[in-house]
Amino acid sequence: MSTPVTTSVPAAPAEDSGRAKSAPRLRRAKAHRPGRPKRSKLLTALTSLVVLYTVAPLIWLAVNATKTQSGLGDSNGLWFADDFALWDNIHDTFTYHDGVFTRWLLNTLLYVVLGAGGATLLAVLGGYALAKFDFPGKRGIFATVIGAVAVPGTALAVPTFLMFSKMGLTDTPWAVVIPSLVSPFGLYLMWVFATEAIPTELLEAARMDGASEARTFFQVALPLLAPGIVTVLLFTTVATWNNYFLPLIMLKDPEWYPLTLGLSAWNSQAETVGGEVIFNLVITGSLITILPLIAAFLFLQKYWQSGLAAGSVKE
Amino acid sequence: MTTLQPPVAAEPRPAPPPARRDRRSWTGWGFIGPFVAVFALVFLAPIVYSIYLSLFRDQLIGGTTFVGFDNYEQALQDDRFWAALGRVALFLCIQVPIMLGIALLVALALDSGRLYGKSFFRITIFLPYAVPAVVATLMWGFMYGTKYGLVGDFNSAFGWSLPDPLSPDLVLASIGNIVTWEFVGYNMLIFYSALRVIPHSLYEAAEIDGAGQWRVVTAIKLPAIRGALVIATIFSIIGSFQLFNEPNILRPLARNAITTDYTPNFYTYSLSFSGQQHNYSATVAIIMGLITMVVAYLVQLRGMRKGA
Amino acid sequence: MRRRTSRLLGGIALVTSVALGATACGGSDDGSGTEAVSAEDIQAALDKGGTVTVWSWEPTLKTVAADFQKKHPKVKINLVSERSGDKHYTALSNAVSAGKGVPDVAQLEYFSVGQYSLTKGLTDLSAYGADKLASTYTPGPWNAVTEGDQVYGLPMDSGPMALFYNKKIFDKYDVAVPTTWDEYLDAARKLHKADPKVYIANDTGDAGLTTSLLWQAGSRPYKVDGTNVKIDFDDAGAKKYEAVWQKLIDEKLLAPVTGWTDDWYKGLGDGSIATLATGAWMPANFESGVPNASGDWRAAALPAWTEGDKASAENGGSALTVPALAKNKELAYAFVEYANSGDGVATRVSEGAFPATNAELKSTEFLNKEFPYFGGQKANEIFAASAADVADNWSYLPFQAYANSIFNDTVGKAYISGTKLSDGLKSWQDASVKYGEEQGFTVEK
Repeated sequence: MSTPVTTSVPAAPAEDSGRAKSAPRLRRAKAHRPGRPKRSKLLTALTSLVVLYTVAPLIWLAVNATKTQSGLGDSNGLWFADDFALWDNIHDTFTYHDGVFTRWLLNTLLYVVLGAGGATLLAVLGGYALAKFDFPGKRGIFATVIGAVAVPGTALAVPTFLMFSKMGLTDTPWAVVIPSLVSPFGLYLMWVFATEAIPTELLEAARMDGASEARTFFQVALPLLAPGIVTVLLFTTVATWNNYFLPLIMLKDPEWYPLTLGLSAWNSQAETVGGEVIFNLVITGSLITILPLIAAFLFLQKYWQSGLAAGSVKE
Repeated sequence: MTTLQPPVAAEPRPAPPPARRDRRSWTGWGFIGPFVAVFALVFLAPIVYSIYLSLFRDQLIGGTTFVGFDNYEQALQDDRFWAALGRVALFLCIQVPIMLGIALLVALALDSGRLYGKSFFRITIFLPYAVPAVVATLMWGFMYGTKYGLVGDFNSAFGWSLPDPLSPDLVLASIGNIVTWEFVGYNMLIFYSALRVIPHSLYEAAEIDGAGQWRVVTAIKLPAIRGALVIATIFSIIGSFQLFNEPNILRPLARNAITTDYTPNFYTYSLSFSGQQHNYSATVAIIMGLITMVVAYLVQLRGMRKGA
Repeated sequence: MRRRTSRLLGGIALVTSVALGATACGGSDDGSGTEAVSAEDIQAALDKGGTVTVWSWEPTLKTVAADFQKKHPKVKINLVSERSGDKHYTALSNAVSAGKGVPDVAQLEYFSVGQYSLTKGLTDLSAYGADKLASTYTPGPWNAVTEGDQVYGLPMDSGPMALFYNKKIFDKYDVAVPTTWDEYLDAARKLHKADPKVYIANDTGDAGLTTSLLWQAGSRPYKVDGTNVKIDFDDAGAKKYEAVWQKLIDEKLLAPVTGWTDDWYKGLGDGSIATLATGAWMPANFESGVPNASGDWRAAALPAWTEGDKASAENGGSALTVPALAKNKELAYAFVEYANSGDGVATRVSEGAFPATNAELKSTEFLNKEFPYFGGQKANEIFAASAADVADNWSYLPFQAYANSIFNDTVGKAYISGTKLSDGLKSWQDASVKYGEEQGFTVEK
């Protein structure tokens, strides 16, 4: 697996710049440490055990995605079956029930663009406000957010459903998108990040020049927040992509299902009278579901890691 | 691990430095307003509605009546609720330290610079976080099968007789394993990121004092990332107390071991969806929310005070 | 003190009860439907056209819906089939609570019809002429959808029970196919002794199977009269069941595999699960889920509790109902009638559904059908005989869906610990009684 960050240069450029802008009270950490310690084979071996643990199930998934329904029954789960049916399975996954899987994939993308995008936008705006403004009610906001999140969501599902139903939102994409717009973790991350990354003097200077608040935000603050935004975007994307319970309650029409719900419906098809058993497509579909996220993590890792770094330094 | 949102950050106790006096105005609301509005709609309104519901009782026969705090009285004496709470508390005490311990050790190993192929480790250990809980649980569920799953394959391939991971004695551990698998990389990354920004001058000072590797870890690194440790612990507490997805999806495979009141969140779900007892379900949820808040707050107080 | 508060808040309470709709009172005006709807009215509605939303996971309805639309070009059937079981009921209850988004036609398993009719959630179809269809259906399913003169749905399929057995395994170990449950126990011991990997059946506690076997054994644990309910598992029939099943559990003769899982399908395929006592709808699932065991399996009559006793029971099966809040009731009824008593029945039977209609069950074509999966056996003869022998007077609880959901919390203990099956049933009874009382039923123990 190749990654854009090489091992010999621990701090990628983006990471470096992200840190350079971070808190004034921290002295800048240098990219290279003097007397870099020797590499340890023992430590590498031990860490490899953890990798084995995290990756083995994914390999199992990939191996079993190559099997037919009867191959799943006949063969050992640890290794390939006689027939290599991966391409057939992928083909079947996308064509089963008139290609409804594609529809679910597109729905998921829609929810991610609107939900995760919107959540990131709201978190960036909110975090910026908490970091750089003093306003009435500010102290109460975050405590309320934390308190609300501590209440188990399953019990709130029915009240939320009834409210949304009255507003005519159930069985529409909005029933999934609107609740996704709130990311308390994103708000927290942006708050901390904005505090560190945007020197207040810079904002003052922009205001002195007569820039409006909106203009100051977009032209001065936003560029400085970029690594943090990527981080929040990735986390909200994961949350939206993996969203299961709320869509389960809100959506009846399979036309609007996200992938998680669709896969679960396929899986439970085996539990119904006369239902076609398609565990092979469930497994292949699961594999296809996680690939885009893994790809996104790989390609964007230098950004999100630097954003997270600034976020976690705060105490 | 939770159902609605990613785990939330810690309370902003060490709040960012206050902005300037003269900017105290309503301008900030222009920026935070949209968040607050949506938050009020999707979180506060249902909670307020739930509190209202918790004061009533509705029956299949006889309709709805106002009962004051009867539901709360009932919940506080409900053995099923307390048993469920005890179960997640046990889960919390065992799974969370193991998960955070592994995450911390890996983060320290990565940060030590003594690993070959560091970025490979960093990304592969993080990967499971990208797997939806639904898929992760389906996957582990397939693997846990003693007849045809991975456990069964090991048994037949090596002639072992591994115990059934879904038996009543082991199922909580099996759930813990799934949760650990999903979140160990996520926590590792939080710790690792915190380690990366420790001011370098501290290490130089330690070097002059002739401190060894281990001493550097205990005297510099751990205190420096205390904030991250507290945040990760609080995430994990909320996650444990709200444990639902994993037992729910695993239940078809272990219906006797995973009861419908297995965790507090599962209990509220069953009350609401199988039993149509929305009022009582709301009551249990509110009590659970209060308990979660108190525990999270205590952990934070303690975590921040220690060595401060 | 509380009383006064409650009077003060009476108005609010009323609002909640409407909002929550636990009583589903929203549509009771339409639901009571004493006004007759003539065949002409229905025909007029068909000519005018419209959309009928159908919530059902029955796979054969797909073709039926297409045929119906061909016949009535102005009508569109919107078949929503992705949800089944609990998720289906959750969605239905939520929609009824909200008073919005309720389908025109909903599939209900027989055990849950009572709950929805009691809370006035269903339309009485007798006003549409459904009461004249009594003789169309076998008695078991018809009883399940009717209450006095009221008809709350039309039976879609039925599940007269049979014993499916893996002939290859029985032949291999030279064990006779059991005709009584005592012989079944013997066969279980022999098979497991011959090969420790072979179990007579899988069972990890299944409310549907247990209630069906109690039904066959002559136990009648539930007595329901409106809101008066009696729950008692302590009768002679239950004793017969407990005696055999307790031994199967104690001697570890049941495979610890839960039905409908990946492991289960594999076990049915590789011979480690040797029999399956279930409804006559099972063949379609065998063909789709266990393709690799084609030819191995056969069907036989369900073993008897007493030698020579022919009594059988139903397992599973469902009806199509018209919710009280449905918008297009004439069209909805027209579709239900077409699918479950009209031309749709033949279509569905040809696709593998098991009928609840007398005409189909008695037709020679149906009885002579050879099942290649069962080695050419005319299995329908066995199923039809079972349908005719279903014991009567069985009823489910008006909150059976809830009771079933806690079966494994209570009776399930017998499968995983030293708890006796009879104690498990007793605690299931206690929990059901408690729930019934909480919900306002008058419960006699």
